[in-house]
Amino acid sequence: MSDISIEALPPVGMIALRGEMGSLGRAVEAVTDCAPPEQRMSTRSGDVTVMWMAPDEMLIVCDHGAAGALAQKLTAQLSDVFATVVEVSDARQVFDLTGADVEALLSKLMPVDFDRLGATEVRRTRMAQVPAALWRHSGGYHVMCFRSVAGYAMRLMEDARPVGG
Amino acid sequence: MSRRLKTGGRLIDRDRPVEFTFDGKALRGYAGDTLASALLANGQRVMGRSFKYHRPRSVVAAGPEEPNALMEIGTGARFEPNQRATVQPLWEGLSARSQNAWPSLAFDVGRVNDLASRFLPAGFYYKTFMAPRPAWKHVFEPFIRKAAGLGSAPTEADADRYEFKYAFCDTLVVGGGIAGLTAALAAMRAGERVILVESRATLGGRAATDGAEIDGKAAEDWIKNAVEALEKSESVTLVARCEGSGVYDHGYVICTEDLTGFKADKSGPRERVWRIRAGRVIAATGAIERPLSFAGNDIPGVMLASAVRDYLLDYGVSPGERTVIVTNNDDAYRTAKALLEAGLRVPAILDVRPEVNSPIVRDIKDLGVKVHMGRGIARVHGNDAVTGVSVCLQAGDGAVMQEIRCDAVAMSGGWSPVVHLWSHCGGKLLWDAERAMFRPDPARPPTGADGEGFVKTAGAASGALTTAEVLADAAETVGGDAPSTAVVEEAPIRPVWVMPEGAGPKLRAKMWLDYQNDVKVSDVRLAAQEGFESVEHAKRYTTLGMATDQGKLSNINGLAVLADRLDRTIPEVGTTTFRPPYTPTTIGALAGEARGETFQPLRRTPMHDWAETHGAYWEPVGHWRRAYCFPRAGESHADAVSREVKNTREHLGMLDASTLGKLLVRGPDAGRFLDMLYTNMMSTLKPGRCRYGLMCDENGFLIDDGVVARIDEQTWLCHTTTGGADRIHGWMEDWLQCEWWDWKVHVVNLTEQFAQIAVVGPNARRVLEKLGGMDVSAEALPFMAWADGTLGGVDVRLYRISFSGELSYEIAVPASRGAALWSALMEAGADFDVMPYGTEALHIMRAEKGFIMIGDETDGTVVPQDLGLDWAISKKKDDYLGKRGQMRSEFHKPDRWKLVGLETLDGTALEDGAYAIGEGTNANGQTVVQGRVTSTYHSPTLDRGIAMGLVARGPERMGEVIRFTRIGQEPQEARIVSPVFFDPEGEKANV
Amino acid sequence: MLLLTCPNCGLTVEETELAPGGEAHLTRFGPASGDAEFEAYLFLRDNAKGVHFERWCHAYGCGKWFLAARDTATLQVFGTYSAQTKEPPAEILESIAKGRAT
Repeated sequence: MSDISIEALPPVGMIALRGEMGSLGRAVEAVTDCAPPEQRMSTRSGDVTVMWMAPDEMLIVCDHGAAGALAQKLTAQLSDVFATVVEVSDARQVFDLTGADVEALLSKLMPVDFDRLGATEVRRTRMAQVPAALWRHSGGYHVMCFRSVAGYAMRLMEDARPVGG
Repeated sequence: MSRRLKTGGRLIDRDRPVEFTFDGKALRGYAGDTLASALLANGQRVMGRSFKYHRPRSVVAAGPEEPNALMEIGTGARFEPNQRATVQPLWEGLSARSQNAWPSLAFDVGRVNDLASRFLPAGFYYKTFMAPRPAWKHVFEPFIRKAAGLGSAPTEADADRYEFKYAFCDTLVVGGGIAGLTAALAAMRAGERVILVESRATLGGRAATDGAEIDGKAAEDWIKNAVEALEKSESVTLVARCEGSGVYDHGYVICTEDLTGFKADKSGPRERVWRIRAGRVIAATGAIERPLSFAGNDIPGVMLASAVRDYLLDYGVSPGERTVIVTNNDDAYRTAKALLEAGLRVPAILDVRPEVNSPIVRDIKDLGVKVHMGRGIARVHGNDAVTGVSVCLQAGDGAVMQEIRCDAVAMSGGWSPVVHLWSHCGGKLLWDAERAMFRPDPARPPTGADGEGFVKTAGAASGALTTAEVLADAAETVGGDAPSTAVVEEAPIRPVWVMPEGAGPKLRAKMWLDYQNDVKVSDVRLAAQEGFESVEHAKRYTTLGMATDQGKLSNINGLAVLADRLDRTIPEVGTTTFRPPYTPTTIGALAGEARGETFQPLRRTPMHDWAETHGAYWEPVGHWRRAYCFPRAGESHADAVSREVKNTREHLGMLDASTLGKLLVRGPDAGRFLDMLYTNMMSTLKPGRCRYGLMCDENGFLIDDGVVARIDEQTWLCHTTTGGADRIHGWMEDWLQCEWWDWKVHVVNLTEQFAQIAVVGPNARRVLEKLGGMDVSAEALPFMAWADGTLGGVDVRLYRISFSGELSYEIAVPASRGAALWSALMEAGADFDVMPYGTEALHIMRAEKGFIMIGDETDGTVVPQDLGLDWAISKKKDDYLGKRGQMRSEFHKPDRWKLVGLETLDGTALEDGAYAIGEGTNANGQTVVQGRVTSTYHSPTLDRGIAMGLVARGPERMGEVIRFTRIGQEPQEARIVSPVFFDPEGEKANV
Repeated sequence: MLLLTCPNCGLTVEETELAPGGEAHLTRFGPASGDAEFEAYLFLRDNAKGVHFERWCHAYGCGKWFLAARDTATLQVFGTYSAQTKEPPAEILESIAKGRAT
């Protein structure tokens, strides 16, 4: 049987940033010490990860309790440009998948070429019928979906556990 | 009589017997057997009956092309009809039943059809349509339904699960014969990512059975080495029991892997559908041997020569003791050799070619076998089994020269490359007259995203036939060196489409082309004669090449007969279209994970679990589940709804409104943008205030509505309907990205971020005051205002808006606090008679107030003006989405159907969707209608039926009584009234 | 099933990750337009057999729209490009000319 563990993580802090990438990058670097991420990639400093989501969008992932203060600092930093900072810590669910060959499980649900996935890439895609994103961590993968479909996503992944090794 | 030989059978394990049943009879085979080989081993040659004439049929092939041996496999929730015995691996406890044979395989009443066959010619079904209607209804349909058909449909839901597997590669090789292995090895050596799929359990294909010498090794050893090399490579994925089902656009290939169909242990998913994106596809799918068309070629015991060889060598099964071979090419001589080596008798070889002197023919003659050149079969004797053949000149009309006693016939009409995967995406074929086959035209491949060909064929699928040709073609296709092998000289094939050449109508009526559908040479000729000249028309008319095998054996022979009858060449007639899947695919496999609980995503609000534990009766709203009502013990849903409405109007109700869309629209141009999206003015809304707004599409039709709150100078929060959240978010992004891309506006969808709770009723303020933390007085928070603050220690945004006509607040709170706040409110509300209410109470209360509902009052053909919402349409704006559309004359006709309230005279409720009956009938004789009901309820508040509807000139006709349709009953009378049934002055909300 | 490259995030993704948006490069006609212009804007489409400029949204990815030039009969893709443009860029037209010639 599969030894893959699937854990629904407690809420993490999330902040959506919209605006011109240069301005966002400078503000993020100043406030979080994270380098501006390249297209589709993520950067990390301490407990804060910054993800490239779209050509005018980043997502900051941090401690749930730290998001409010961080959002305020970013808002202040971006006050003189056209940018939007919104705390969205409760909008999504993050799962932690660890164990042998997590990719075999995820490749049943997502049209993702794992051989071509960068080490720090945040792949936005679909998981069966819902939007999802995933990225690697040292022991496996994080998978993210919207909060309301967390139950559906969990069931999908449970059902997709490889059988018989 | 077929039987198991004492020795032989490279695929079976004689140490592992397997018990199974056939039509209830307990039988025994070996591990590695197919159901077909095991049945033959048990002397069970008759395996089914034909579709139309119910003739007894045995297996003719040994692969997926088998048209006859279709079985019902399994029982109960794992029952499956129409499974081909030739590819069904045997497993312990397998139960198989024959099809199409009531009451039994041995005695079949449908056989009478065979005797009446001259009344069931080509196009029989279509011809019955021309008979008078009653004849179809009372004679033909019951007869056809009873007599025709394949296996029975399952009666239970499928017990199994299925899964997908997304995979990516540079080269996908379909087929694991020596051509596929050569191609995969070459691609592997070139450093590519390779996937190789093989439909059988073992790799090697025909070469493993027929033998050859490759790179100085026996074929079996060469194959073993090749497989080991591929298995060792990190960049190669080998998948056995996996069929290449279909090739689609841009290198997308569906392959279907069997996971449990071959074994007794059924745990885990039954099949896996590989959804592969390949840079290129190498179809190394081999070739299929063609039958010959002679009278009686469907009698049990007549088999493809290659299949006879397969059963002998792979399974150690002999189809008969005395096998006559009839052929038009050299390959069938290999069957003679195999039979002789197994100690079985070959009374004669009938070769239609006038003279052949190739090495294998010489070898067989040297072994003492009688080889008759220029001869064919006039007819096969026997009913349920072959008893002999009559020999004739191929060039003659069937005059019998000799009778030969035999119990099996091995036939070979040549080989057809399996071109399906090449053709699925438009690869073209050419007719190779020398080899008598359609083969892929390398100059016209299916093209991909870059305009270049993305499918190639390798080996026999390209038309190569000898081992040397196959290996050379595979190497050339992929690029690489061909393994070495001896070149064996073979004599050319002589195409034969009818045997004998001059056969008259009597013989032609016993020559089967399509076994499964009982289509004979005479049927195809009749279709041509009746004007069905296109090969596609002839296919539908005769059913040649239809049903589960899709003519894998019959197509080429059939179109050759058609060409002959039409006096055209074979390429002029052409083939029918090859469509995926290659063989029938389980519906469950195509559904993948989308079954049961994961059939669709189910969206849950933060308060979902509370509602579940408090007895919510759910209704689906899009992918959400919303509580329809909260019935108490012994209460009907209608009673519960009625109680919830009354309690909310009299005391206090709470609704989970979290599903409403919440879109943050922000930026210097946000006001201008919202003025374009909403029909009314949003830029003038003051911070701290709310405004109800309408959105239309460019046609002018109403698509969504909701309350907009202005947060600050540059920020608005737009509420949408539940179903509109994602749609309107997409709509906004579309306009911002694709039309007004220089406008500085950001949209952020916050629907999932917030829980929203509606607190509704005369006690609403009191419960909020009890929680405390912010001023909720009428002065501090008037109607259509909002404020940020805290309630019971939780940060909230409080909107004073109402969709019920009551004093009402909607509280937005981050989703993770939603359930806690809900519980705190329920607890605090206990003193104020709080009850939760569901969507039905919500709907009734809004209807009592005459508020419209998107999807009830609107259906994509309704403009806001139809609903009396002119007040929400700005006259000052030059432009908004839908303004131009609304200017069209259609929407200004005086007799437009417009919104009114409807009150039945007797107090009952109108039927949902009922039509208002007008005067007389229209040109089609239908009753003229003058309106329809859009919402109808029993109002607990007023204790009578209330409805809203669209009625021609409705608002001008207040007080008029009109009639509404009622299904199966007399029409109902209703009076046209104002749609606001309750508290028209709005006093209840204004406190 | 098509495979298209989103120029906004650089990913090549399958059709199930995208949402189609119909013909590209339409000109919006508003309240000042005549009936013929408005009809053309709202209803009349080329429905070409051959080269087609079309809108796609990378709905299950970066959420951004882009445009594609594609042959509707052969499914050859001549290129994808920014949605923030009124007409196909020169390199796309070049690619079409080249692709059609072969």
